[in-house]
Amino acid sequence: MKPKVATVWLGGCSGCHMSFLDMDERLIELADKIELVYSPIADVKHFPKDVDVALVEGAVSNVENEEMARIIRRSSKFVLSFGDCATTGNVTAMRNQFSPDEIMHRAYVELADGDPTIPSEFTTIAKLLPQAKPLHEIIKVDAFLHGCPPTPDQIWFAISELLAGRTPELPNVYLRYG
Amino acid sequence: MAILTLTINGEQVSGKDDESLLQIARQHDIHIPTLCHLDGLSDVGACRLCLVEIEGQSKLFPACTTKPQEGMVVHTDTERLKRHRRTIVELLASEGNHQCAVCVVNNHCELQDLAYEVGLQYVRFPYLYPKKELDATHKSFVLDRNRCVLCTRCVRVCHEVEGAHTWDIAGRGIDCTIIADMNQPWGTSPSCTSCGKCVRVCPTGALFEKGQTVAEMEKQRDFLKYIVTARTKREWVAEATEE
Ligand code: SF4
Ligand code: SF4
Ligand code: SF4
Ligand code: FES
Repeated sequence: MKPKVATVWLGGCSGCHMSFLDMDERLIELADKIELVYSPIADVKHFPKDVDVALVEGAVSNVENEEMARIIRRSSKFVLSFGDCATTGNVTAMRNQFSPDEIMHRAYVELADGDPTIPSEFTTIAKLLPQAKPLHEIIKVDAFLHGCPPTPDQIWFAISELLAGRTPELPNVYLRYG
Repeated sequence: MAILTLTINGEQVSGKDDESLLQIARQHDIHIPTLCHLDGLSDVGACRLCLVEIEGQSKLFPACTTKPQEGMVVHTDTERLKRHRRTIVELLASEGNHQCAVCVVNNHCELQDLAYEVGLQYVRFPYLYPKKELDATHKSFVLDRNRCVLCTRCVRVCHEVEGAHTWDIAGRGIDCTIIADMNQPWGTSPSCTSCGKCVRVCPTGALFEKGQTVAEMEKQRDFLKYIVTARTKREWVAEATEE
């Protein structure tokens, strides 16, 4: 049976997923080797129960991210922090010097083009956590893929290692922040 | 001045009694990581990255401020030292606000280089996200305290080489911060000559030239050797010739 792989987009800009797609023709090879069971690029509503490898992009920034992080951990054998936001908080965590109220005011009032309204009941957008956190401060993470975004080569290397049954102890050639 | 013989990592080396262990190690191509040390400035032992083990002593010593002794047996690369160095880099990362992806010195940063050297896969301590002030009041330069690792290179170069003594450190412990003159905006500093030396010696993106964007700022730190040698030996060369 092919290993089940999930990719998840938490508090990030989707750049890590763009880099994933930049693996170009290697994606075809990958499609033969894995089953992509959950991803922003696949139309699947719920995170499946028995995932082998989850690549998680982005910091944990709102209550929905936090809940998702716990579901991912419960349902996956191997969780990989995918990129600098997941690993360090990075750009997503730059808001941590301000309170969620200040941020909401900035985004929905100060920068509003039309009718400035702060969403009062958090029905359409998830409530911000007091601070955005790297994934490993919320759940146990098994390995880290660095870079903003990680290069297609890094991603290919990590996935190839995992498919070969090895934990990607990413060698220092792939260790680079930013 | 006497020549002493000591052992570093099992290798017999010799050095002068007024040199530091760091200088002697480097003369013998033995690498010791550093951050606050910069050739041409006095040493203050602030960052502790250069810690070494000396046989017969239980505590660790910073190589940049420790003098050799005859017969000393030094280790620079033990598992214990590696653990400490990784911890130091983790503390530096968690006590500041570092977002390499949007930093002016991305890929030309001594803190990044150290993170790679110690193999920093992730930071085990919770990030503190401290609230830090950025000072963009100087006409040519910016001080971004979010990236400052408090190495005091700027303080020392401004005092020891430029002779202006604009910078100081205020506060204690984790609240330490770099201040200009009487804790005033840099642009209003009467002592600053706008020479730019502090900007060049800063190991991180804490001091940079205005108009630089992400990953553009590459610092030339060699200039210091020229100035210091010119002052002390009256020669315009990078390294003083031995008298
Ligand atoms: S100073 Fe160095 S470590 Fe800090 S954000 Fe800039 S590049 Fe990254
Ligand atoms: S520009 Fe020169 S004088 Fe001004 S603070 Fe920096 S080193 Fe000192
Ligand atoms: S501003 Fe730069 S040179 Fe000065 S203490 Fe901070 S990191 Fe060091
Ligand atoms: S280089 Fe020796 S303590 Fe910083």
